[in-house]
Amino acid sequence: MNNLTNILRGNIRQYGMIIALAAIVILFQVTTDGVLLKPLNVSNLVVQNAQILILAIGMVIVIVARHIDLSVGSVAAFVGAAGAIMMTDYDVPWMLAVIICLALGALVGAWHGFWVAYVGIPAFIVTLASMLLFRGLTLVLLEGRTVGGLPDGFKKIGNGFLPEIGPDTDLHNLTLVLGVLVVAILVVLDFRKRAAAKRYNFEVLPFPLFALKQVVLGAVIMEFAYLLADARGLPIVGLILFALIGIYTFIMSRTVFGRHVYAIGGNVDAATMSGVNTKRVDFLVMTNMGLLAGLAGLVTTARLTAANPKAGVNFELDAIAAAFIGGAAVTGGVGTVVGAIIGGLVMGVLNNGMSLMGVSIDWQQAIKGLVLLAAVAFDVWNKKRAAGTGGAGAETEATPPPPDELVEELDRLDTDAPPGRETTTGVP
Amino acid sequence: MVQPILEMRSITKRFPGVLALSDVNLTVERGAIHAICGENGAGKSTLMKVLSGVHPHGSYDGDIVFEAKPVSFKDLRQSEAAGIVIIHQELALIPELSIAENIFLGNETATRGVISWDETNHRAIELMARVGLRENPLTPVKDLGIGKQQLVEIAKALSKEVKLLILDEPTAALNDDDSTHLLDLLKGLQDKGITSIMISHKLNEIERIADAITILRDGRTIETLDVRAGGVDEDRIIRGMVGRDLEHRFPEHTPQVGELLLEVRSWTVMHPQDHHRVVIEDANVTVRHGEIVGIAGLMGAGRTELARSIFGRSYGSRHTGTLTLDGRELQLRSVHDAIKAGIAYVSEDRKGLGLNLLDDVKTSITAAGLGRLRKGLTVDEHEEIVVAERYRRSFNIKAPSVTAGVRKLSGGNQQKVVLSKWLYTEPKLLILDEPTRGIDVGAKFEIYGIIQALAREGKGVLVISSELPELLGLCDRIYTLAEGVITHEFEAKDATQESLMRYMTVDARYR
Repeated sequence: MNNLTNILRGNIRQYGMIIALAAIVILFQVTTDGVLLKPLNVSNLVVQNAQILILAIGMVIVIVARHIDLSVGSVAAFVGAAGAIMMTDYDVPWMLAVIICLALGALVGAWHGFWVAYVGIPAFIVTLASMLLFRGLTLVLLEGRTVGGLPDGFKKIGNGFLPEIGPDTDLHNLTLVLGVLVVAILVVLDFRKRAAAKRYNFEVLPFPLFALKQVVLGAVIMEFAYLLADARGLPIVGLILFALIGIYTFIMSRTVFGRHVYAIGGNVDAATMSGVNTKRVDFLVMTNMGLLAGLAGLVTTARLTAANPKAGVNFELDAIAAAFIGGAAVTGGVGTVVGAIIGGLVMGVLNNGMSLMGVSIDWQQAIKGLVLLAAVAFDVWNKKRAAGTGGAGAETEATPPPPDELVEELDRLDTDAPPGRETTTGVP
Repeated sequence: MVQPILEMRSITKRFPGVLALSDVNLTVERGAIHAICGENGAGKSTLMKVLSGVHPHGSYDGDIVFEAKPVSFKDLRQSEAAGIVIIHQELALIPELSIAENIFLGNETATRGVISWDETNHRAIELMARVGLRENPLTPVKDLGIGKQQLVEIAKALSKEVKLLILDEPTAALNDDDSTHLLDLLKGLQDKGITSIMISHKLNEIERIADAITILRDGRTIETLDVRAGGVDEDRIIRGMVGRDLEHRFPEHTPQVGELLLEVRSWTVMHPQDHHRVVIEDANVTVRHGEIVGIAGLMGAGRTELARSIFGRSYGSRHTGTLTLDGRELQLRSVHDAIKAGIAYVSEDRKGLGLNLLDDVKTSITAAGLGRLRKGLTVDEHEEIVVAERYRRSFNIKAPSVTAGVRKLSGGNQQKVVLSKWLYTEPKLLILDEPTRGIDVGAKFEIYGIIQALAREGKGVLVISSELPELLGLCDRIYTLAEGVITHEFEAKDATQESLMRYMTVDARYR
């Protein structure tokens, strides 16, 4: 039992925000008499928050790399405006316009990356400048008007849904199939991870708890898929969002580049001395943020069916808040894509729930401010407590012997190792 | 019998799953310099944290009697109020503030919140005189050398009416001159009635100034030696610390020197900011395969600058000269180039440049050689664990598992992690900058063993160290460096501490 509490304590940071999200969902489900989780409202939740969640993915990476990007709202507005003008005034085919706009976003990001990485100006300053610069350029481009009349194909990015296929079942079939697919993939991945952890004798959740986790996770995803299927199916923007979550989680946790981002966030000097090209990593992180800001701008424009000069105001603050609520550290080196998404959802559900309850917009703002503070305070408190229980002499804890399998593998490696590897084997 | 100023009785301190201190007793006589020795993880720091209230009363068992009164400190402020001041290894000064401001930080000379600068600076000068620091009290602390910063810390302690001064590794970062000055200062304070507790790994210093030595091992008091009674020498202390006789402080080693590996010719390095300042002047250094070469120099002689300029221009890019590795002349433009060419550099600044303290053991070990784990788009995390586990076993890294955070490891084990990281890049040449700084005796012995094994495998090793016995015991050949100039080259068997020191202190520029 003691073991179990230890495991839970170790994971509280990871699960804390999920529990908070669940609590907020339940709270509003009750106070809104069940409107919150009505199929149509869930569908709206995804569509309305997609652009913030897209930005939050880029922002958490920027924050892990110990930077910040204040310009994303202005850049989103600028790219959206440029796209709308291309499609209306110059009759550029919408797919081409989308590609040009994404490139434009990346270019803006590269501009930031140049100043931050190669000139050495703090990102706060560079992007503060851009926040003003691109808001101004948006006004210049649009000349103060709202540019509408966009192609239908383009508007689908913001408002469209996946097509209906298969037999008529009252529900959206494709959405359900995708839900099952996602659950299956996640369960398989988690099983493999657990098997690997066990092979190396690392602490794993006891099986009943592990199984419970799979069932709960699966149930939540299927319920979500069902609610969407009961409404209009998976929004196209939802598909984009889920793809981005998958891709960026993979990049941050499994690739060399992701490792390098965490390395420079944790200790940039140590990373430099380990041969990491820190300037290049900084440059790419800022460029990527520009790309995602451009995408968010396109999504916003498509959803509003027009580009307007006030689009994207305060997006940067919502994205930054999402990253921090999701557990990113102000000092860099800590944070996950999934955490930022959960943080973004906390904010989104709060907005939506309070609107449904008829809380006025001014109070909504104030309450969101307090939630941000509370989330980070919880994190700080949690960290302090963790530091208190670890402490000096922790390294003297008994080391579990490696399991036989691993020992064999190691021995085999020792004997089979090519000459260059013998570095570690001849040592007493 | 002088009355003890401090008695700690049966102190027991538990962390979850770990017994850090078990029934520890410590009695310190008034006016004595009392040393505490023990390997890292023996419980020295924990004991001092109990004493100073960092671990508050109630979180440990046992009694503390200070000045004949039982005390129960709840935090650092209460222990300071009683006259116990602790100076940590990592100094707690604010670099941008002046000496005077630092001395009186938290203890300002003020009336109703308004600081009287005249009085502050006047009193600062008095305190600075007591510690032998001749500087303008308005000088920012960042402009002082580390030795003088240490003096500012002590002046700060004196300003608090200190009765018992605790110093944690006070000379670890100091050169010999500054160390000597500091130790003399402690003697001087002793004459004025201030009692000191000193934690140190430098046994020669302890032997020189301590009146009594308490030895801890594995969280227990092993013994307290009375130095004044005689018969206590370094070997005696080491025996108590490790619980065994260390006949040879260096493992047996027969050098097998091979072909020329590294040749640095006419190497001149300029300061990266101050373009007219020559940091290294016309240096010529060679290292052969299987050879351990030492660089002996005082702090500030340019040892680290020489090493880092070789390691892919990580010390500015302004240098001239040629660098040849295995007969090929190299133009290294970045650390990445240097690693690819087969050079590794273990920094003296373990926490600042060596490790990301947020990482776990396995990610730290693979941080520099991550390219070797590339599998398609991803990092091969299974292979990573196998690699890390292999190093953990062969270097005896004491960590619960390879997923343990490096922050919680002791200095010796952190250093083994850093060494593993560099060995995983498969270097031909290893540059080790103060490889055993702040590491206990047992771990030092293991690290010497590792270095010698690497040389046996044909790697070239360049060792920079402040400890001359270490260089003499470990190296085959030693260069002396003074003020950026290589002043002499010794075969290790022909060198003595005295002869090395003579060439480390010559006035190199005006020979």
